[in-house]
Amino acid sequence: MSNHEKGVSLTDNHSTTRRGFFKGAAVFLLPFVFRRARAEVAPRKREVKSGTRLWGMVIDLDRCTACQSCVIACSVENNQMLGNPQEAAMGRVIRWIRVQPVVKESAGGSRQSLMPMPCMQCEDPPCIKVCPTAATFLDPEGIVGQVYPRCIGCRYCVNSCPYTAKFFNWETPSWPKPMAEAQNPDVSPRYKGIVEKCLFCHQRLQRAKEKAAFEKRALAEGDYIPACVLACPAKAIAFGDLNDPGSEVSRLSQSPRAYRLLDELGTEPKVSYLREE
Amino acid sequence: MSQIIMDASVMEKPERSKLEHTVLKPLERLPTKGQNVLLAFLALVFLIGLGAWARQLALGLAVTGLGVPVFWGVYIVNFIFFIGISHAGTLLSAILRIVKADWRAPFTRLAEMITITSIPFAATCVIVDMGRPERFLNVILYPHFTSPILWDVCCITTYIITSSLYFYTALIPDLALCRDRLEPHISSWRKEFYQLSSLGWTGTDVQKRVHHNIMTILSIVLLALVISVHTNVGFVFGMTIKPGWHTAVIGPYFVIGAALQGLGILGLIAIFVRWFFRLHTWITEKHLDSLRQFTLALTCFWGYFTGVEILTTFYGHAPAEMQVLWSKISGPFWWSFWGMILGCFVIPFFLMAFRPVRLSRVLVLSGLSINIGMWLERYTIVVPSGANPLAYFVGHYFPSLTEWAITAGWVAGFFMLLLLFMRIFPVVTVWEVEEVGH
Repeated sequence: MSNHEKGVSLTDNHSTTRRGFFKGAAVFLLPFVFRRARAEVAPRKREVKSGTRLWGMVIDLDRCTACQSCVIACSVENNQMLGNPQEAAMGRVIRWIRVQPVVKESAGGSRQSLMPMPCMQCEDPPCIKVCPTAATFLDPEGIVGQVYPRCIGCRYCVNSCPYTAKFFNWETPSWPKPMAEAQNPDVSPRYKGIVEKCLFCHQRLQRAKEKAAFEKRALAEGDYIPACVLACPAKAIAFGDLNDPGSEVSRLSQSPRAYRLLDELGTEPKVSYLREE
Repeated sequence: MSQIIMDASVMEKPERSKLEHTVLKPLERLPTKGQNVLLAFLALVFLIGLGAWARQLALGLAVTGLGVPVFWGVYIVNFIFFIGISHAGTLLSAILRIVKADWRAPFTRLAEMITITSIPFAATCVIVDMGRPERFLNVILYPHFTSPILWDVCCITTYIITSSLYFYTALIPDLALCRDRLEPHISSWRKEFYQLSSLGWTGTDVQKRVHHNIMTILSIVLLALVISVHTNVGFVFGMTIKPGWHTAVIGPYFVIGAALQGLGILGLIAIFVRWFFRLHTWITEKHLDSLRQFTLALTCFWGYFTGVEILTTFYGHAPAEMQVLWSKISGPFWWSFWGMILGCFVIPFFLMAFRPVRLSRVLVLSGLSINIGMWLERYTIVVPSGANPLAYFVGHYFPSLTEWAITAGWVAGFFMLLLLFMRIFPVVTVWEVEEVGH
C-alpha cells in the first residue's frame, strides 16, 4: 500500500517538472511554428526576379478554328493514352489540352464558343497546397510540375483544380503496337493510379536549354515552343516569356481583348485568352 | 444438464453479483449455432468485399464508376460514414463522463467498442480510394503540411491511439473481473490474455483514484479530438474552392452529423444487445429515454445546420453554387438529397418527438433511418460538387458493382469485428454501472 502511495507521489513530483518542460518547449517553438506556417500558407505570391523567365501562353479565340490539331500534337508529343469509346463515355481519356465547348446564355439566345484548355499554370495553384505528399509543385520558371513516383493517387489536386486540368490514370494505359513503338523518348510514360497534367512540354525547354548552352548563347525567343503551339495551323497560340516585356506573349496578354479564365478566383493563370470579336 | 452445472458453479461463487453474472455468462458459453451462422455470413460478405478490392488493385480504379469530373465517390462517402460511426463511443462516453450524467453507464462500453471496431474500416476506406495504396507511407515520408489530408492523417492517427487507450483504460477493471470471476473452463489463451491485460488490477483505492484521474484526462482529450477529427474531415472539402464544398459551416456540420450518426448506431445496437444479453435490468426505459432525448436534440441541430447552409447558398445565389444546389434539390441527385432530409431529420424527429411506437422500436427505427440518411448526406456533399465543376461542363456518376461490394464488405466487416469483440470483452462497463448505482 505504501509503495503505491509512493509511486503516486513520485509521479506527481515528476509531472510538475514535465509540465514546466512542455511549457518551456512550447514557448520556445511557437515563433518557429508560426513563421513556418505563415510562409507555407499566407502569401502565395512569389517574387519573380526580373531575370527569371516566366512561361506563359495567349490563345486567340478569334483565330482558333477548333480543329483539334493542338490536341493531337499534344497527345503524340507527350505519349498520352489512346483511349476507346467506353473510356471516352466515362470521361477517362486523358488529353492535357482539350477543346472545351462553353455555352453562353444571353437574351438573344445561346451561343457556343470552343476554347482550347491546357493547364492554366497558375501562379497560385490550388492543386499544390492540397497535395499531402508535395508531389505537385511550382517550378522557378512558373510551370506546375508533377512528381509521378511520389504521387499516391488520392486525386485531391484533381478535385481542387477549378479548371479540371489535371488527370488521373484509372488504369494502365495501353497502345496498339505501332503507336507504342513510336513513343517520344523524352517523355516518361505514366502508369496506373497516378495524376498527370500539362507541363508546357517542359522536355522541349530542357532540350532548348541544352542546345543554347552547347552553342554558348542565351535562350532566345522561339527556341522553346510547346507542341500545341507549333501545330496550330491558324497560329492562334502565342507562347513565350511573360517576364520579358518585349515578347509577343507579354504584348498580347496586355491586349484589351485579353482575359483569364475564372480570374476572380485569384489563381493567377499564366494562360490568357483573347476574346472573340 | 449443462444448465444445472452452470447454476451449481454460480452457487459456489456467491461474490458474483447479478450484474456480473449477466455480463460474464455470455463470455463463458460456447457461441450458439445462430451466432456462428451470423458470423460466417458476415465473414463471407467481408471476404467478397476484400475480393472486390483485390480485383481493383489489379485493374486500377477503372473498375469504379468514377471518371472526369467526379473523382471522389462512394469510398470517400464510406470513409466519412465510418468515422461518423466511430464518434458514437467517444462522444457519448467522453461528454457524458465529463458532465457526470449517470445514464451513460450501461452504454459506455458498447459505445467505445463501436468506436474501436469502426475506425479500422474508416482508415482503410481511404487506402481503398487511393490510386497507389502501396505508397501510403509517402504521406509520412514526404509530408506537406498545407494539405488538409495531412491534417486528417495526423488527427485520425491521434484519435485511433487515444480512443484505443481510452477503451483499454475503461476495460482494465472489467478485465480483472474476467480474470477472477470467469468459470475455469474457458480456453487457456483467454485466461492468459485476461491475466496479462488486467495489469494486476485489484481494485485498491489508489488504483481506483489513478484510474479515475486517467479516465478524466482521456475524456477531455478525446472530446477535443472528436471535434478536431471530424472538423478536419470537413476541411478536406471546405478548404478547396469547389462550389458546394467551400463553406465554413462544413467543419461543425460534419461534427454534428457524426455525433448524430454515432448516437443513432449506438441506440440501434444497444437495443439488440439489451435483448440478446438480457440486460433489461440495467438498460432500463429511463436510460433509453435519455438516449432518445440526446439523439433528438442532435437531430434538431443537424436540421438547423442544413437549413443554415441551404438558406445561405440560396440567398447569395452565386451561379456556380446554385448549379450544385439545384442538382441536389431537383437535379440528378434529388434521391440522395431528399433521402437525406427524410432520413436524418423528418423520420427520426417524428419518431423521437412523438413516440408513435414502443421506445425500443423508436430507437431501432430512428437509428436505422439516421444511418441511411447520414450515408446519403455524405453522398449529397461529395458527389454533386464533383459533378458540377467550375470549368464549363457537367459530369455524372453512379457507383459500380465493385464499389457496392466493397461498401457491403466493409459494413459486414465492422459488424463482424464488433461481434468478435463482444465474445471477448464484457459489453457493459460493470465497474461504472456499480459505481453509478451506489
